[in-house]
Amino acid sequence: MDEQETLRVSKIKNGTVIDHIPAGRALAVLRLMGITGSEGHVVTVAMNVRSGKLGKKDLVKVENLELKAEQVNKLTLIAPTATINIIRDYEVVEKRNVKLPDKIVGILRCTNPGCITRQPMEHVSSRFLIVSKSPLRLECEYCGRYLEEEEVLKQLTQ
Amino acid sequence: MWKFRDVISILDFNREDLEHLFSMTDRILERLFDVGSLLDGKIVATAFIEPSTRTRLSFETAAKRLGAEVINLEPHISSMAKGESLTDTLRMLDDYADLIVIRSPYEGSAKHAADVCEHPVINGGDGTQHHPTQAMIDLYTVRRLKGRIDGLEFGVVGDLKYGRAAASFLYGLTRFNVKRIWLISPEPLSPRPELMDRLKSLGVDIMKTENLEEAVEGVDILYVTRIQKERFPDPAEYEKVRGSYVITRKIISRAREGLKVLHPLPRVDELSHDVDDTPYQAYFIQAKFGVPVRMALISLILGAF
Repeated sequence: MDEQETLRVSKIKNGTVIDHIPAGRALAVLRLMGITGSEGHVVTVAMNVRSGKLGKKDLVKVENLELKAEQVNKLTLIAPTATINIIRDYEVVEKRNVKLPDKIVGILRCTNPGCITRQPMEHVSSRFLIVSKSPLRLECEYCGRYLEEEEVLKQLTQ
Repeated sequence: MWKFRDVISILDFNREDLEHLFSMTDRILERLFDVGSLLDGKIVATAFIEPSTRTRLSFETAAKRLGAEVINLEPHISSMAKGESLTDTLRMLDDYADLIVIRSPYEGSAKHAADVCEHPVINGGDGTQHHPTQAMIDLYTVRRLKGRIDGLEFGVVGDLKYGRAAASFLYGLTRFNVKRIWLISPEPLSPRPELMDRLKSLGVDIMKTENLEEAVEGVDILYVTRIQKERFPDPAEYEKVRGSYVITRKIISRAREGLKVLHPLPRVDELSHDVDDTPYQAYFIQAKFGVPVRMALISLILGAF
């Protein structure tokens, strides 16, 4: 980042910095983390900033909140390149690696309208197993239908 | 090994499990169904929220022949008609019965039922992939008529996209060392990638073809299925494939000696009645094995054997 962009995203005292998010997906990352803005944390979002590694990238800083491992792991669905730094007193105290969990529960929607998880009366959370990491392919634990990367991105970014 | 197990998918069972089930079925047939009231005092609940003739009635018959009482959920005259959820209905059945057999139009409902219920749940047909007890009957029929499942060549013809009996039969075959499986269907009814991937990962020799006559010549078992009209999202799509294959006496006259034709039934127009009185016909025998196989299954799950 150049000086101008550094100014845009100044250092935080305590909290979490999610860096190297693929360009254009910062809002989806926030959504996936369950951060709506109404929690009261100061949230800084930078989109489409220059990156040596990615060309362009997004960046999210959430003050006074340390993301939990399971929240971080969900990120792999849409931001496999992301790096997560936990900040305390302006210092990076921990770098968390993003690791795809074995199961994805409740975030995504099965594409099969006949699946039990799609019946509003039944209140069954969706559950997906990871079939392949790259390209991402998930399998509904209930009806067995595949959920492809393109659909995962569509659901999480729209 | 079997006691209190849920029966959701045929893939939950290994070869040893299935062989044990088949020996118990042999015993029941040897004793002409007279195995005593092994399940006296037990209650079996059936919850069939989708139409069924053979599966429901054979479960009911099997349970009664073992001395169990049967309660049937009638969805159209139960609180489900008032809008009660399947989940709440299952909780109630779990309080009343020792074993629950479920068929629902919602895919994955048997797995959900097993999660909700403390008592064992048997999947009586669920979605497009799982009908485990039908597969058990089909495999038993082959073993009984051919003396083995290993080394045989199979043709599975019909609706491989939506047909759960075909999918379960195919999964069941992976538990044995079969020589080859031919998947015979018109392109719009060809298997979903989920099914193909799983079969490939299980190391089966699979051939796909649309040419029924070519495939029929080499197989020992021809497994025919109905086009699942009720599962087509668009009725126009069904009309396009309707009647696209019909098994007739003439077609199977090209087959090798000893060919047996299986069909989970009901049939519509895909299997001609002129096959009924040929030596190839095995589907009525297959249907007859529904009761003894399910008797063995229920007994094993409730710990009576």
